[in-house]
Amino acid sequence: MSQRTVFGYAILVGVATAPSQALAQAEPVDPGTTGPAWSPYLVGALIGVLSMLTFYFSDKPLGASTAYARLAGMAGRLIARRHTDSLHFYTKTTPAVDWQVMLVTGILIGGFLAAWTGGEVTGRWLPPFWVERFGESVALRLVVGFLGGALMAFGARMAGGCTSGHGISGALQLSVGSWIALIGFFVGGVATAMLLFHA
Amino acid sequence: MAREPQHEPAARGGPPQSRAAQLALGLLFGIVFGFLLQKGGVGKYEVLIGMLLLEDFTVLKVMMSAVVVGMLGIWALHAAGLVAFHVKPTRYGAAALGGLIFGVGFGLAAYCPGTGAVALGQGNFDALAVLLGMMAGSYVFAEASGWIAGTIECWGARGKLTLPRLLGVRPAWFVPAFAGLLVLLLAAIHFCLVTRIRG
Repeated sequence: MSQRTVFGYAILVGVATAPSQALAQAEPVDPGTTGPAWSPYLVGALIGVLSMLTFYFSDKPLGASTAYARLAGMAGRLIARRHTDSLHFYTKTTPAVDWQVMLVTGILIGGFLAAWTGGEVTGRWLPPFWVERFGESVALRLVVGFLGGALMAFGARMAGGCTSGHGISGALQLSVGSWIALIGFFVGGVATAMLLFHA
Repeated sequence: MAREPQHEPAARGGPPQSRAAQLALGLLFGIVFGFLLQKGGVGKYEVLIGMLLLEDFTVLKVMMSAVVVGMLGIWALHAAGLVAFHVKPTRYGAAALGGLIFGVGFGLAAYCPGTGAVALGQGNFDALAVLLGMMAGSYVFAEASGWIAGTIECWGARGKLTLPRLLGVRPAWFVPAFAGLLVLLLAAIHFCLVTRIRG
């Protein structure tokens, strides 16, 4: 085994064993009121280590938003193949299943596994905090969520990344554009949330 | 797969290169990422909106811890010639405008592209609308991408620009100094919150 292989496996083992020491209790609780199950500093540090692993093993930074663009392109090709292929964006970003689409699929599975092992599976259409402010209409939440998702993806594609791609991966590479985008995410987000909940 | 010019081909016995192995790795890294994000509490609507209402700083703690550890690790791996950087080009106009648009969507949805998948995985079904919205928004961006590439993306385009290069300082001391600054920021937030709860 070469030195770099040994090094890689050493971090892998570290990631696999460290969290087990901090496993949360499995009592059913309202996840909305409990906050993080593990220390956010520990989780953040482990995500930092995970970043090192993806750079080393896959030559890729962590990032989520482009996966949705690829999936949208795949759906677009089913409906209007020639039109989709003619769009400037899809001539550069192939609408196909790639490493990042697999990553986002994994994120969904990992989110379920963590919630399941921690007794935090919610299984509901409305977050209680939303209900307090906007009432019991599922349709309203879905419309606002859809609109929010659409704006986020549009902004992420313009800025070149999201809270993972810019906020973690770009920020840790000290990219100037990533830090500007990250500040924009929070300025826009805080202003909008304040208007929604405090205006 | 686009690689930077300075990147040398991986040595034999290094990371797996086959497409199937990389897709499997993507899924594995995604599961770990999603698991960590959920344990860090950032798949929860209340934690995310709490960040944007400046009442719960869990998101910032997770992100900045990841940036500190990932930055020190990846700059060290890069110095050792083990990984290549993936810095996206800095475009001042697109980063600021796209960042703000993302932020408005973030405020409406509360889930971001990565944490939205976590939220759906843990059973917050409203995240489904956000995910579909992200696909729709991506496609709308693709429709406009030809025009945006010729206008907004040209405003203040500076290429692959990093903070140490912008400031004209050596990464060898900028990286640890910046990491120290972020740790101080985290400590300040941690200390202020403790004070606020006590007061």
